[in-house]
This record gives sequence, C-alpha cells and structure tokens, in this order.
Amino acid sequence: MAPEAPAKASAVRPRVEAPRPLTRFVRWDVIVTALLIVVFLGGAFGTSDFATSDNLSFALDDLSEIALIALPMTLLVVAAEVDLSVASILGLCSALFGALWDAGWAIQMIIPFILVVGVVAGLINGLLVTRLGLPSLAVTIGTMTLYRGLAYVVLGTKAVAEFPQNYADLATKTVPGTPIPYPFALFILLAIVTAIVLHATGLGRSLFAIGAQEEAAFFAGIRVKRIKLLLFVVSGLVSAFAGAVYTLRYGSARADNGLGLELAVIASVLLGGVDFDGGKGTLGGVIAGVLLIGLLRNLLMLRDVATEIQSIVTGLLLIVSVLTPRIAALVRQARRHPRGATPSASS
Amino acid sequence: MSESPPILALKDVCKAFGAVRALQDVSLELWGGEIHALAGENGAGKSTLVKTLAGVHRPDEGQVLLDGRPVEFHGPGDAQQAGVAVIYQEPTLFPDLSVAENIFMGRQPRSKFGRIDRGALRAETAKLFERLGVALDPDRPARGLSIADQQIVEIAKAISRDARVLIMDEPTAALSGNEVARLFTVARTLQDQGCALLFISHRLEEIFDLCQRVTTLRDGRYISTELLDGLTADDLVQRMVGRELDTLYPKQETTIGAPVLKVSRLTREGVFTDVSFEVRSGEIVALAGLVGAGRSEVARAIFGIDRYDAGSVEVGTVELSGGSPTTAMSAGLALVPEDRRQQGLVMEGSIERNIGLTQLRSLRRGPVISRKVERDRAADWAIRLQLKYGRLSDVVGVLSGGNQQKVVLAKWLSTEPSVLIIDEPTRGIDVGTKSEVHRLLSELAGQGLAVLMISSDLPEVLGMADRVLVMHEGRLTAEIPRDEATEETVMAAATGQTRQEDVSGRASSGQRSAGSEATEVTKEDGALGAREPRSRQRAQGGRA
Ligand SMILES: Nc1ncnc2c1ncn2[C@@H]1O[C@H](COP(=O)(O)OP(=O)(O)OP(=O)(O)O)[C@@H](O)[C@H]1O
Ligand SMILES: [Mg+2]
Repeated sequence: MAPEAPAKASAVRPRVEAPRPLTRFVRWDVIVTALLIVVFLGGAFGTSDFATSDNLSFALDDLSEIALIALPMTLLVVAAEVDLSVASILGLCSALFGALWDAGWAIQMIIPFILVVGVVAGLINGLLVTRLGLPSLAVTIGTMTLYRGLAYVVLGTKAVAEFPQNYADLATKTVPGTPIPYPFALFILLAIVTAIVLHATGLGRSLFAIGAQEEAAFFAGIRVKRIKLLLFVVSGLVSAFAGAVYTLRYGSARADNGLGLELAVIASVLLGGVDFDGGKGTLGGVIAGVLLIGLLRNLLMLRDVATEIQSIVTGLLLIVSVLTPRIAALVRQARRHPRGATPSASS
Repeated sequence: MSESPPILALKDVCKAFGAVRALQDVSLELWGGEIHALAGENGAGKSTLVKTLAGVHRPDEGQVLLDGRPVEFHGPGDAQQAGVAVIYQEPTLFPDLSVAENIFMGRQPRSKFGRIDRGALRAETAKLFERLGVALDPDRPARGLSIADQQIVEIAKAISRDARVLIMDEPTAALSGNEVARLFTVARTLQDQGCALLFISHRLEEIFDLCQRVTTLRDGRYISTELLDGLTADDLVQRMVGRELDTLYPKQETTIGAPVLKVSRLTREGVFTDVSFEVRSGEIVALAGLVGAGRSEVARAIFGIDRYDAGSVEVGTVELSGGSPTTAMSAGLALVPEDRRQQGLVMEGSIERNIGLTQLRSLRRGPVISRKVERDRAADWAIRLQLKYGRLSDVVGVLSGGNQQKVVLAKWLSTEPSVLIIDEPTRGIDVGTKSEVHRLLSELAGQGLAVLMISSDLPEVLGMADRVLVMHEGRLTAEIPRDEATEETVMAAATGQTRQEDVSGRASSGQRSAGSEATEVTKEDGALGAREPRSRQRAQGGRA
C-alpha cells in the first residue's frame, strides 16, 4: 500500500511485488550463467594460455577460499545478515598456522586448533549480533579490524614458509584423473550439502523466513537467535579452514593473507542473485557468481593487469550486482504501470 | 442534492492484475452529506476500488469523476490535493517517526524560520486524539503500537486533513465498541458538514448503524446500490454472496473438561498486573476489553513472545519457562497474532510456505522437506477455509486482507494445538467466512481444544464464548459466565465499572480445583490426538 508520496523513499519501504518471484531468479541465474559462458569464450579466444587444463585447474584452485567462504556467506545474506570479518579470520588463522609451526607443532595438531579459533571468532560475532542486538554489518566491521590486528600480534610482519610437501600437495594437486584441485572438490561437495540445506530443509525455509520477515519467523516458533548464532559459527569455521588452505597453497603464512577477500566473497554472492536485504536467492546462482568472479580474476592475472585494477573490477562487479536487480525491478514496474501510477504493495 | 453532481464518482471502472479481474464495470457515486457503505466478500474488490478513488491504482477502463468532471489522479498526492482522505485497510505508518509526525507527514506546522514547530505538532495531535477519545502519547514512536492504535493513528491522520471526501477501508476491524462509537461521532459530524464518506466493514450492524446507502460488489462486479432503510441484514448478505446464507452459527454444546491452560498471577510491569485464569479443554473463553487494556500483551507473554516479571503459565502439566515461542508450541500452544503483516505472515513468501512455516518438522520426509506434503496440507486448509487464491505458490502479499487472515488461521490450526490463543480471529473476514470460522472453532472445541479468544467484536464474544474475561487497564476486572454475558455487563466491566473482589474470588477457586483433575487432562489430550490418525502421528513427530 502506498503511503504519501513525499515519504515514499524511506521507512516502510513497500517491497516491489513480484507475482511470481521465481521467474525473476531463474532469469537472473540465466543471465549470470550466460555471462559466464561469454567470459569463458572471450577468454578462450582472446587469451592464448587461458583454455588449458593447467590454467583452469590453477584458476579453480586460486578460487578455493572465495568459493568455500561464499557458502556460509550465502546462508547469512539470505537471513539478512552479513559477515565482513571472514578474511580477517582467514588471516588470523594463517598467522597462527605459521606461529605454531615455528613453535614446533605438528600440522595435524595445528589444523584442529585453528578450526577451534575460527569457531570462537564466529561465536564472538554471533553473540554480539544476537545477544546485544547489534547490526551484523557494524559488528563484523569491528571484528574485521580486531581479528586482523590479532593476526599481526601473533606473527608480526614476518612470513613463515616451508611446510611439509604432502600437505602442500593436498592444497594444490588435482584429484587424479580430473582437472579439479582437492580444495575445489571439497567445495563441490559442500556446495551440494549447502544447496540441500538451503532449498530443501526446514532450516533453509527458516532462513528465508528470517530474512524476509524476522518477526513473523519468531512468532512461528523459529529459533531466530540460535539459528543466526549457528550461521556465524559456521562462517568462522569455514573461514578458518580456508585459512589453512590458503597457507598451504601459497606455502607462506602471513598476517596479511587474504586481505580484502571478503569483498570478492560478497561480490560473488550478490552477483549470484542473493538479495542483500535477505529473503531471496538460490545457491545455483551463487555458484555461477563464484565461477564468474574466478574466471575474471584469472583473465586479469593472465593479462598482467595490476592488482589495483583487479580490485577496481571486483568493486564494479559488486556495485553492478547490487544495482542490476533494482533497475530490473524498476523497469518491470514501469512496464506494469505504463502510465506512471504508483504501485501498491497489497490490499 | 440532485442538482449538484456527486463529489466523487467512479464510472464503469475496470481494473485487472494480470489474470485477476479485481473490478469490472463498477460505478459508484459519493454525495455530500451522505455516508455510503461498500459491501462485499473477501476479495470482492473493495480495497481495489478504494485505491482507485485514492489515486493509488489507475483504472484500466472507465473514469474517476470529481464534481462531475473526469479527473486523472497520477498518484495518492493528487487525490489528497483534491480533498480525498483515505484510511487504508492496512496501516502504513513509518515505524521510526513519532505518532504526531506520522499524522502530519509532509505538512508539519512550521515556525517562523521554517523549522518544524514541535509544540504545535503535539498540540494539534492531542486535539485530534481528544476528539477520537483515545489516550495515545503523540511523541511515542509508531513502532510497537498495537494494530488498533495504528488504526487510530491512521484515522487521526485522515480526519486531520479537513477533506471533502473521507474513505474508510475497514477502519473498525480491530476496534472495540467505545472507539467505534467515537469514530462514528466524528464521521457524523463530517457528514453534517457536507462531506461525502465511504465506509467499509464486515460488521453488518455497523453498516446499518452508520450509513444511508450501500453499494454491493461480488467477484469484482457491481451488484446494486440502494438505500439501507428497509433493507435487512439477510438481504445484504444475499447480495454479497449471491445466495441465502445462515450468518449466525449456533454454538455447539460441548462437554468441558479439565483445565489445560493455567495462568496464575502473571505480571509484566507497567503492562498488566496479577492476571490469573484458566481455560479448560473444550471451552472457549473470550478476553474482552477496550483497546489498550493489555489483552494482546497477555497473549504474547503466555506464548513466550515477551517475557513476564512474575507469575506462571502451565499448559497441561508442563510449566512453561517463558520467553520462547518454540517451547510454547511444543507444549501444544498456538497463537494467531493480531498483526498479520508483521507477525502473522511472511508477506513475500508463498501461500504454501507460509502455512508450512509452523510445522517444518512434520513436513519432513527423512532430512528434507516434502513439497508434496507441504502442498497437500496447504491445499487441505485452503479448501476448509474457502481461501480465494490463484495458485498455492502465489505470494500472500497480493491476497485480499480477509484472505490473508485465512492463511494465518490455516498456519496455526494446522499445528493441531491443544490450546489455541487467537487474537481477533475474524479481523477483516467477511460474514460468510466468519460463520465458517466460528463453526470451525466451535467444532475444534467440541473435540477438546481449549480456546482463548481475544475479540473486539462484541456479538462474536457473546455468541462464541462459554465464559468472558474482561480486562481493564492491565487487570482482569470481571469473569462473566455465558448466561450472564450481555452487551451491558461486558461493556461495564471493560470501562472499569465492576468491583474487583468479584473476580479474584472466582479465579482462585478455579485454581484450587486444578490439581485434582490432572488425570483427566491426559485423557482429554488422548481424545484430541485421536481425532484423525494422521494428525496424531504428526503431532507426536512434531513434539518429540
Ligand atoms: N496488487 C495486486 N496484485 C495482484 N492481485 C491483486 C492485487 N491487489 C488485489 N488483488 C486481487 O484482487 C482481488 C480483489 O482484492 P481486494 O483487496 O480489492 O479485495 P477486498 O474486497 O478489499 O477484500 P477484503 O474484504 O478481504 O479486504 C483479490 O482477488 C486480490 O487477490
Ligand atoms: Mg480489502
């Protein structure tokens, strides 16, 4: 229902109504997938080293951390929350990895330890959001700085290298007979699990309800706070694991590992059609978004584009992916009310 | 009157939303000095008509006439400019602005230097509230207002505009007798001043009380316009429904069992104090009172939405820990909340998903949700409640107000509760379905369900309740058995004219007998579960 014209912009924003919202996302998925194919073909014809099995394996491996973290991030954004501290948790865990290795710990002790650290980091985010009722955007901007700071406390500016070859192989070698690196194979597995959780379980239904109308979800007996806490913990856990992958993949533990990675993660989630306001999105879209970001990064790298330009491209994609659905909605709306009448939310 | 044209009129208007033809060749004339009623079932097109008059929708065909001349409203602003004020069916307040700011949105009184004159704003608002006879703080934010208070703010907003045409889409749906009477006084004053008014309500007695002429719609089509004088309620229903209909559902006699919901000394500071009562299986207990008496707040506390400071809530033999709807639900409690847009429904979710949201566990087959079970269950309830919809995958937001309410009912009834708390069960529901809902509640009570019904609709309270509890300013002030409940006794207690001792004596005597009947409770529970074999399985699965 439309309130008075002057105030329309803010407050009870009448959500643009979509008689069949699914069609919209099918369409968005299709667009991203089409874009993916275009970028791939463009790369294959325009850049000589691109369409080789070696390069594609490398591109996928290079995408491991972004892809892995994008999964819990999707769940968070669907529930209308966000975690900006993921890259800092990755960095903190990478720094711990190096420091503990320096201190003589065995890898099979280090990895469980940093996973626990990731869980604790996620728990802190989650508790701040659910117990104190703070917006996750603000909380995780804070912990993003905090965790990165801790990473420097742990390792300073030095780098630790020379990890055992068998572990490094796990992070870089491909599954025998395929061009798929082990970390990416794990991503495929987890993506299937996440897709089932999001689209076919009660938890998934709850996430969409929380994201779209939190109060109604609470009235329906959904444990809103517990679920959100769980999401932040999973996000911390996966980011910590990505920290281990990152460290082993580059063979170097540093406090500034993965700096700025959270933006690439969020860009791929939004590019995949997940609404930043929550309540809408598909995991299929997110996978397409992740692959698109990966291909673009790889192409830019092959063409020796400076890293600054790469981050500009990521930023532009982020903006485009937020804006496009809005613009599309406006266009649809204009088509439905050709003579410019204000649309109304409902009876 | 016949020489001057109607102030506002519609001529042969059509409006469609995709395949749904909400209005087809509808005409309507609003004359100065007359209160015109618009009647029709849920989804008949009343709100669509209102929004067309208000400039929210543009007619696909036909014209809007202002003083006999065709006009085109390019938005609600144009209509306001032309002197048309509208109270929409669903309040649309800005939650972060104060009540006064909401009322004077976009036209705040200004002081010399163009700054908003807060003093004048507050004084103007207070004057409006005095006229409506309500005690609301102009400075409080709109967030957290009850539905009834939101509606009052909307009414204040509309009458503050000094409009020539006042359109009211179900303004009384959540109001009780007193506020309705005040609103009618205001409406009649405007009528005497020569304004044209349009009034929509599913409470037919209000239409007969207030209006002179009525236009009826059915399935988006114009049926008739006639004087209400000489028309009976049955005539009106016949026009709306297209057939004879028994609107009064006689309450079934039920055997009343042991107490299933026991509330004792429940207190939430500053909201309600020392509230004790019980509801027995098979019994329908109404909670009556004026708007703001704290009825919905008690319901929220029982269900665990809000915490309480003292007292206890027991369902069957389980004492609830408070503060958790989830545990309340697994103890067998269900709450149909008052505010369907915020609390009852996920507006952008589909019909089937909204209905399934309360029973995610029992929809599971293995670890995943079975779409078939989800759809079948939603379809079942859609038929039982005569829901008017296109597809079950449609977004609930596009349903008409009454049909949205039916989805909320379906969502909670399908959890198969042992205690149902229902806040304004028939708010915005048309006559036919209302008696259907009453029949359903009566039938469920007959099967042993305990019902606590909050209602501002007095005929509903008197017709349905075995017992009426009345609240006044946060306290229970009376407990009236069915055969003593009349309009007078209930209203007297609601306005605080009953002595206190009366109640506390009865409530505590009820408690004393509670323990001895504990065995009977389980027996009744068994009976409830046995009503359909499928439902028992589901209930057990859901509560494991
Ligand atoms: N924006 C919309 N998009 C699609 N369909 C709509 C929209 N608004 C209304 N409808 C449909 O138009 C029909 C008429 O709806 P309307 O809200 O006018 O009914 P109503 O008479 O006000 O009913 P109620 O008494 O339940 O409020 C319904 O079938 C409804 O689903
Ligand atoms: Mg309506």
